[in-house]
Amino acid sequence: MTEPAADLHYTADHEWIAVDGDVATVGITAYAADKLGDVVYVDLPKVGATVSASTVIGEIESTKSVGELFAPVAGEVIEINQAVVDQPDLVNADPFGDAWMIKVRFTELPTLLTAAEYAALTD
Amino acid sequence: MTDQFADRHIGTDSVAQLAMLEAVGYDSIDALMDAAVPTAIRQAELPSTIPAPATERETLAELRALADANTVRRSMIGLGYYGTITPAVIQRNVLENPSWYTAYTPYQPEISQGRLEALINFQTMVTDLTGLHTANASMLDEGTAVVEGMLLARRASGSISNVFVIDADLFPQTKALLRGRAEPVGIELVELELASISTGSIPESFGVAIQYPGASGRLWDPAAVVEAAHAHGGLAVVAADLLALTLVTAPGEFGADVAVGTTQRFGVPMGFGGPHAGYMAVRAGLERQLPGRLVGVSQDADGYPAYRLSLQTREQHIRREKATSNICTAQVLLAVMASMYAVYHGPGGLTRIAREVAQKAAGYAAKLVAAGVQVEHANFFDTLTVHIPRRADLIVRAARERGILLHLVDADRVSFSFDEVTAERTTSGAIPQIEADLDAVFGLSGAAPTTDAAIPREVRRTSDFLTHPVFTTHHSETAMMRYLKYLADKDYALDRGMIPLGSCTMKLNAATEMTAVTWPEFANIHPFAPGADVEGYLVMISHLETWLAEVTGYDTVSLQPNAGSQGELAGLLAIRGYHRSRGDVHRTTCLIPSSAHGTNAASAVLAGMKVVVVACDELGNVDLDDLHAKVAEHADDLAALMITYPSTHGVYEHEIRAITDAVHDAGGQVYVDGANLNALLGYARFGDFGGDVSHLNLHKTFCIPHGGGGPGVGPVAAKAHLAPYLPGHPMAQVAQHPAFDLTTGAAGEHEHLGAPVSAAPYGSPSILPISWAYVRMMGADGLRRATGAAVLSANYIAARLREHFPVLYAGDNGLVAHECVLDLRPLRDATGVTVDDVAKRLIDFGLHSPTMSFPVAGTLMVEPTESEDLGELDRFVAAMIAIKAEADAVASGVWPADDNPLVHAPHTAASAIVGEWTHAYTREQAVYPIAGLVHRKYWPPVRRIDQAYGDRNLMCECPPISAFA
Repeated sequence: MTEPAADLHYTADHEWIAVDGDVATVGITAYAADKLGDVVYVDLPKVGATVSASTVIGEIESTKSVGELFAPVAGEVIEINQAVVDQPDLVNADPFGDAWMIKVRFTELPTLLTAAEYAALTD
Repeated sequence: MTDQFADRHIGTDSVAQLAMLEAVGYDSIDALMDAAVPTAIRQAELPSTIPAPATERETLAELRALADANTVRRSMIGLGYYGTITPAVIQRNVLENPSWYTAYTPYQPEISQGRLEALINFQTMVTDLTGLHTANASMLDEGTAVVEGMLLARRASGSISNVFVIDADLFPQTKALLRGRAEPVGIELVELELASISTGSIPESFGVAIQYPGASGRLWDPAAVVEAAHAHGGLAVVAADLLALTLVTAPGEFGADVAVGTTQRFGVPMGFGGPHAGYMAVRAGLERQLPGRLVGVSQDADGYPAYRLSLQTREQHIRREKATSNICTAQVLLAVMASMYAVYHGPGGLTRIAREVAQKAAGYAAKLVAAGVQVEHANFFDTLTVHIPRRADLIVRAARERGILLHLVDADRVSFSFDEVTAERTTSGAIPQIEADLDAVFGLSGAAPTTDAAIPREVRRTSDFLTHPVFTTHHSETAMMRYLKYLADKDYALDRGMIPLGSCTMKLNAATEMTAVTWPEFANIHPFAPGADVEGYLVMISHLETWLAEVTGYDTVSLQPNAGSQGELAGLLAIRGYHRSRGDVHRTTCLIPSSAHGTNAASAVLAGMKVVVVACDELGNVDLDDLHAKVAEHADDLAALMITYPSTHGVYEHEIRAITDAVHDAGGQVYVDGANLNALLGYARFGDFGGDVSHLNLHKTFCIPHGGGGPGVGPVAAKAHLAPYLPGHPMAQVAQHPAFDLTTGAAGEHEHLGAPVSAAPYGSPSILPISWAYVRMMGADGLRRATGAAVLSANYIAARLREHFPVLYAGDNGLVAHECVLDLRPLRDATGVTVDDVAKRLIDFGLHSPTMSFPVAGTLMVEPTESEDLGELDRFVAAMIAIKAEADAVASGVWPADDNPLVHAPHTAASAIVGEWTHAYTREQAVYPIAGLVHRKYWPPVRRIDQAYGDRNLMCECPPISAFA
């Protein structure tokens, strides 16, 4: 399994966050993708939606379970990854890369986990 | 040789049981049960009202007497239940064939391809006839399907309105169901005459429900109403008659989003209300909103097309309180029958039947009109509503005396429906008897004119349907018989071997129990027939209600719920009604242990409750500290606790009494889920250890066959204080149910006055003779013996396999109840072999896997039941030990992790005789891992099915023939 990358932030809900200025790119970790199994469906919020932190904004379905996508930060969804909607198996193939899910413009970044803290969580 | 039925039903004889007891470490079943079942809950010795056991022949004679107490008249009542002719080839080869009726829900798709193909045919039939995109694999009945349509519309609609508009011309039982189900979830119903109203006056709503054709028979074009609903952002749910749809415009063609209904008149007898298969179809884009099972096409490991259950993440076993519905299994056996009726008749035959029905109705309407009798609608399919001012009651009575049942609409109107039976032509050309009798009732004479169907041009169907070759290939009886055999041969049912599915209780469905189901006196009765015509049924029902109340320790029973999920809902609605009657409207919190079956949570939401999860400890028991904390936290709003006993982990939880006391002390009610009653019958009773209400599964504990995924009967049993809130029915023949009080001997009756949860007053009565016969032949002592034998078998398997696989949970003295959980996670960690690999490898050994990954992921839950003999139990044990050895060989490097008989299981005949064998193991190891299999081999028709492919490429209709080339 791919190790959590050091330059990303993480949540206890098994999401990763890449911060670029006031934009957070959000995806789920390899650990989460592995736990879900073969992902078959991804449901994402609409571009322009306002999301508040820690609320459910999407779903990631495998053949045998459902994972919820939480908003790790509050803000406005400025882009979603249509590729992952069209090709859900990207979540298993490249969770930290091609399978990014949404970009959120935020005003305030909450306290997130470091790679080391997240790795400790999933041991 | 003895003629005690119990000795036939219980698979292990006393010699076998002694050997098994030795393996478990007890010298008698009594000693085993004393050690396993906590003393605190053991039931007191009480006299039983269950009569001493009858023999099979005596039981059939008693059933014959009950049948004779019913009166079969020609029903023209209609309202969703019609006379139909079950093709004899379907009755004999499906309904009366254990290869079809003893199968389980197709969770193991590789060994279920036959019924999955039959269900794909069903889904194709429904999508074609309704003109919609995707149909599911059946619903419980039409009334509940309309309710599910309403709930689907609310989920999928963009509207924020809580209003659902219903057509005044809906079937009356459907309206009653909608009323009962809408209120707890905050939906406001607005009833309107949709056929005659100006569309501008339809209020904003999240959806509308339309009966098509209407209950009154009226046939109209709902396109404008559908358009008006869409303009508000609402969805249109159309309850459509499938036979009519061969002649009239399909709902999908006038814009409907959802079509629902029943397939009863496709060859499934009325049976006093059920079971029949309801249906639901949706337009493209709503697939993920469908409730219930959905069969789809995927591919197997060799790339061949293969069927499987699709999009299971919608369902309650995964999504729990967020599921699309609480429905689990539906009505597979009846869906198979209906689909085969379409296969046998084809599009041409169905259209001919429909046209004859419609012409008969039109001809008789013309005759009435010519005689000056007012017929309400000019356009109709099969149903006439006739005005007979102030004499409607007289007409209904006169008809009944001539052996015909009409529907009394009100004091001035009667309605009646023609069907495949009443429209049958006479070969002599004489006036058919039914017409002569109607003439006598209405005072008419002469032959009815030959006319066209009363179907206006604007709603005539022009599109094709049932164009797939399966619907035109099997029209000779020989071809039909062979198609049914070809499909049945693909499947693994109880007629091949044990199905040790934990929490499913796959016990014997005895031939004698099944015998009466198809007797005309049980089969050909309309659910709204007058009480005097169904005395035999009512006596049988009162027997069963009394017997079930006695064995569960409750005061009253309703047999109306036609599935366990509906029993749960009925019980929770009763709790809700009770709290509200006391002014406790705020009591809406339902505590559910984390180990509970997902259906519990889904049902609670539909009863208007909020789910709060209670933790379980590492032994699988309810965490008492967390329970007390949650009870304290919700002391003011606690409605109920739902708990399964024995627990879903297959353990007699020691602290059950402390748990139920804590809930009662806080003002809550206790719902005991009866799914595991097979471990308790005769030893302990829910009502004695704190249960206020329970549902039972007659399709588990009381021998109704699983039918490949339905039918079921989920009676709800309750203490007296909940009786008034149990499901009633506006058309029930009697509202009274026998009161049960064994200790005082007091006779009396309870009235069930709650809203209905099924379309018919007694749910699915035609299969009640099965459970009646089981209790009648076992007697109270036989039922108790069955429990002991079932618990012994589970503990025997646990004892034999414990050194190979850890047994995850145990109760007092290290014993399990009637099922045991084998933990395969250590095996996976040590060898990489998964629970899937083991389940599929069991197929190569000629066995059906136990329940996979419930209640714990990575485990197998084994429930052998009392009906399996020791030889079969040992066959399973030997296979599991052999599989463990294979896994060890993978771990030790004998076989590579990616090329061994486990990861490639199951092996088809084709895969074993492939030209060049390139695997690390031999062909013999692949298909004959145990020598005895050479003489007794079940060959799976497909290899392991790719689950993800099917969900990513959803296809739920018959694939083209070329796909199988």
